[in-house]
Amino acid sequence: MDLDFFSAILSATIRTGTPLLLVALGEMLVEKSGVLNLGQEGMLLIGAVAGFIAASQSDSLVLGFMAAIAGGIGMAFIFAIVTLFLNANQIATGLALTIFGVGLSAFLGADYEGKTIAGLTKTPIPLLSDIPFIGALFFDHDVIVYVSWTLFIGMWLLFKKSTLGLNIRAVGENPDAANAIGINVIPLRFALVLVGGALAGLAGGYLSLVYTPLWTEDMSAGRGWIALAIVVFASWKATRVLLGAYLFGFASILHLAAQGMGVNLSANLLAMLPYVATIVVLVILSRNKLKLQLSEPLALAKPWRKE
Amino acid sequence: MMTLAKRQQPSHFWVYLSPLLAIALTLATGSLLFALLDVDPLHALTTFFITPLSDTFGVGELLIKSTPILLCALGLSLCYRAGIWNIGAEGQLIAGSISTTLIALAFIDSNTGFSLPLALLAGMLGGAVFAGIAALLKYQFNTNEILTTIMLNYIAYHLLQWGVHGPLRDPNGFNFPESALFDANTILPILLDGTRAHLGVLFTPIVLVLTWVLLSKSFAGFQIETLGLSPLSARMAGFSSKKIGYSVFLLSGALAGLAGAIEVTGPIGQLVPQVSPGYGFAAIIVAFLGRLHPVGIMLAGLLMGLIHLGGELVQLELGLPKSITGIFQGLLLFYLLSCDVFIQYRLTTQPGGLLHPKKTQKVT
Repeated sequence: MDLDFFSAILSATIRTGTPLLLVALGEMLVEKSGVLNLGQEGMLLIGAVAGFIAASQSDSLVLGFMAAIAGGIGMAFIFAIVTLFLNANQIATGLALTIFGVGLSAFLGADYEGKTIAGLTKTPIPLLSDIPFIGALFFDHDVIVYVSWTLFIGMWLLFKKSTLGLNIRAVGENPDAANAIGINVIPLRFALVLVGGALAGLAGGYLSLVYTPLWTEDMSAGRGWIALAIVVFASWKATRVLLGAYLFGFASILHLAAQGMGVNLSANLLAMLPYVATIVVLVILSRNKLKLQLSEPLALAKPWRKE
Repeated sequence: MMTLAKRQQPSHFWVYLSPLLAIALTLATGSLLFALLDVDPLHALTTFFITPLSDTFGVGELLIKSTPILLCALGLSLCYRAGIWNIGAEGQLIAGSISTTLIALAFIDSNTGFSLPLALLAGMLGGAVFAGIAALLKYQFNTNEILTTIMLNYIAYHLLQWGVHGPLRDPNGFNFPESALFDANTILPILLDGTRAHLGVLFTPIVLVLTWVLLSKSFAGFQIETLGLSPLSARMAGFSSKKIGYSVFLLSGALAGLAGAIEVTGPIGQLVPQVSPGYGFAAIIVAFLGRLHPVGIMLAGLLMGLIHLGGELVQLELGLPKSITGIFQGLLLFYLLSCDVFIQYRLTTQPGGLLHPKKTQKVT
């Protein structure tokens, strides 16, 4: 295995891991505040279809990404109203969001099924991208990859250095106590759910405008669910979300790598790999029940209202 | 200003009214959607919900569509009553269809009468094994069953693709990704002339009664209920959550597997890349809409079968995408969950509600 092949694999891992990273960062933020949104898959698909339609109609990728983000926020808004104001079960509402998103995206995208678009191209950073190996790895990507890294750093700083991060954690651990010290629990949760929706929508836009770039029904192929598993894998820590997203990105392109190395296995069997990997990782992470309970936000998925 | 206030007691009236209101709101939103698409809403809704039932053939089709949904939903209701989030009916259904196919293909040239019951049993076994994996992961390794059952759905789907493109493909089938057509002995006989309704539709009422007896008349049902309502009480009473969990997982898996077996030995007659148009996911909505009660599930399942049937018809007659079915399904669950707020809360003009909470009073 030569260095170029290795570098190409790592580069592809980052591309594949980026939508996972975006969704997982968003969901981590939401879960930190004690809200479990299982509707990631639905928000991803709406983001993907909204982005694709807007970009095809306007010939502008910027408008495409804005539409993708708006689509994700719109979906998250429904979730926020039903769970935070009407106190519905978060698990069931998240499932409803996914079922609705799968149906609505297929419906909206029916006329665009299988169509392609000139996707977003790479923006190499001058000079830095010329460094051998490292340049290709870190400084020769599309803009959204850099955005995802910025968001990661922002998320890390938020929970390590800021009062807002502390407030979010307080709301996720003990909303009663947080409320007592004057934090507005429901508005904060509402805002975070919308931010999570924006990130999932952006990730959807990445799929349909950068990664493939085309629209096809159900194109997210379970990435929203894998991102939820990554948050558990990461024990709700930003650095491990980054690691997890790229690990799963790698598992998803493993079949390409395997073919490159001359391994001959059915493509259908290799397509199972990311899902099997998710289960294996969950098993390894969840075996220690106490550790899992300690890292999970205490109020996760528990409806709360101001008394 | 209207606000929501917590009720002293949950409202039984709203327990029954909420699903009906949710259906009405879904239909209203559907009409709006049709109007936006420049389709006469009345005509569209008639095509969707009335036309399919205007002849015997249509009623037969409704029974065929409702059967797998109902079998999956009845199984899922056992899990949900025990507080276990099994989202894997779709994968368990596919697993059942694959194991049924294995038996059906093994008996393809032999002229025996027992190949059909054997194939159906194999389907139940396949579904149960697949659900058993999720149960094993939950109880041995403490993994979250929502995520594992979802992952298993994707794994089952790819297993099916591998099967129809590889070892299970018909060697004389011109390379189409399909198994050989099953022998007539391994096909469910038609029940009513002039329809496609097969023997399999009779399994649903049997399973329905058995589920009702299990839930309402047996000690096991009481244990399931207790575990779901209060895991701590179940433990205090000495009920094994593991034993109950495994039982409901395996039972619901077997029922989903049976649904898969019925699909391939019934209307389809062979293994194809798309065994289910999302019956396993529709079943989740049906279980909730039916309030996890067998009778409620029966009504909700028939409605869901009709939504699937109507979706196909509007595609044929009005040229609208079939995915409109998915939109109706999602809306239905949203409206149900939203209307359910009135079970615990009531609308009032007094302050102190959910939307406009009273300021905290000083303790004197």
